[in-house]
Amino acid sequence: MKRRIFGLETEYGITCSFKGQRRLSPDEVARYLFRSVVSRGGSSNIFLANGGRLYLDVGSHPEYATAECDSMRDLIAQDESGKVIVQELADIAEERLHDEGVEGEIYLFRNNTDSAGNSYGCHENYLVERGSDFIALTDQFIPFLVSRQLFTGAGKVLPQPTGSTFCLSQRADHMWEAVASSTTRSRPIINTRDEPHADADRFRRLHVIVGDSNMSQVTTRLKVGMGHLMLSALESGVSTAHLALENPMKAIREISHDITGRTAVALADGRRISALELQGEYLALVSAWWADSEESDDPEHSWTLELWSRAWTAIDTGDLSPIETELDWVIKYRLLNRYVSAQGHDWDSSRIAQLDLAFHDINPRRGIFPVLERRGLAASLVTPQEINAAVIEPPQTTRARLRGDFVRQASISDRDVTVDWAQMKINDTPQHSVVCDDPFTSVDERVERLINELSATSM
Amino acid sequence: MPQQGMSSSGASRAQESDDTFSTPHAPQVSTSGVDDLLEEIDSLLEENAEAFVKSFVQKGGQ
Repeated sequence: MKRRIFGLETEYGITCSFKGQRRLSPDEVARYLFRSVVSRGGSSNIFLANGGRLYLDVGSHPEYATAECDSMRDLIAQDESGKVIVQELADIAEERLHDEGVEGEIYLFRNNTDSAGNSYGCHENYLVERGSDFIALTDQFIPFLVSRQLFTGAGKVLPQPTGSTFCLSQRADHMWEAVASSTTRSRPIINTRDEPHADADRFRRLHVIVGDSNMSQVTTRLKVGMGHLMLSALESGVSTAHLALENPMKAIREISHDITGRTAVALADGRRISALELQGEYLALVSAWWADSEESDDPEHSWTLELWSRAWTAIDTGDLSPIETELDWVIKYRLLNRYVSAQGHDWDSSRIAQLDLAFHDINPRRGIFPVLERRGLAASLVTPQEINAAVIEPPQTTRARLRGDFVRQASISDRDVTVDWAQMKINDTPQHSVVCDDPFTSVDERVERLINELSATSM
Repeated sequence: MPQQGMSSSGASRAQESDDTFSTPHAPQVSTSGVDDLLEEIDSLLEENAEAFVKSFVQKGGQ
């Protein structure tokens, strides 16, 4: 199977509260949060020594984009390092607030919705070859994305007039508005903005904006691993055109609202099919294609198929115990069930709503998810040492290595540089600019010369 | 139990569009032996649950 570049962009929800009351608006918290960033680089949009990007996004959301990765292990480490990086901003900002006499705690939530129905996202980027039939690829990818929430949803308690329900996805209900105002059916799920950040003759970015932000490293890996395998199968000629949905936006809501995966949704050819059956078809097609592949002993992809298959069986049988520490919505559902059965909380209670939110609090001293991890109730994949290393070190097998090393040396040498995904430039020296338009390349003499130029001045 | 949506019937019935089963079957999860887990989590949560949730309002993102 061909190497692929992928990356994750995560928007975090923020608030500052004291005894349950909001102390600052999102704008104000964001300003405090990014003050330490701006004071270092003069901007709230910076590239980091690990190759990733940190910025203040639309709606005052701190956003962290991982560097380009070509292995799942790097991706998880880089994504987790993003949590450490934004939490550190929160710690610094909270200290400053206290110094200024403002009581309260800053919260960063890795989720996709607030209490008023606003939504923010976790975007997946998959690099595809320019030559492929992009429309055919995305058309076939969409029903897969609509139904994968059965395994990769982060879970949500959804208040309804008839009583709260537990649904699969944080994000599914928020795709409705987008399609209502859009003439392009696929836009809400896959954003077609063509920004490859690479040689546009060779590459194209497939930008998926429909996914939930995941708390579990395992779920994140499954989400991207499944996407990568599905795309690779489609690129190799596997056809899933017979699984086109009649109305993807209707289907995504119907599927999210049934955690058993049994609700039937309409296909374009008039048949009706459940999310479980849809995912069963994808799993069978991808498994058969993978078994015939020359690299079918690759442990990275065998891992994905094993969990995909195990999760499918668990939902099929209704016994979720084989996946209860690995899939976000199951981990959350199990915890909330404990509260309901042990403490008699109603599903409509404010305590359950609070737990549903606090589940996504990334603070290691206060968040629920770190407690579950420490107790073995949520599995992890990479060690804290690997995560801390990924805060300062880029992936070594992609272009991220060049960018990260350049950013680090510029910081050490205190030089004025401009960095983008593809470009590195020393500002105070004419003609010291390099464009790297191949994201698979991790070694480049031109960049080495730039870095040498930077380090020479720091002597 | 939360409600499971309109049609939580078995896989064999997935083709039927008009299922309206009144007793949804919730998937099974284990919930035993966890008092100290809930205690630990309770100690981390803000006391004013309702205000905490309601006051979490963002601007929309992408």
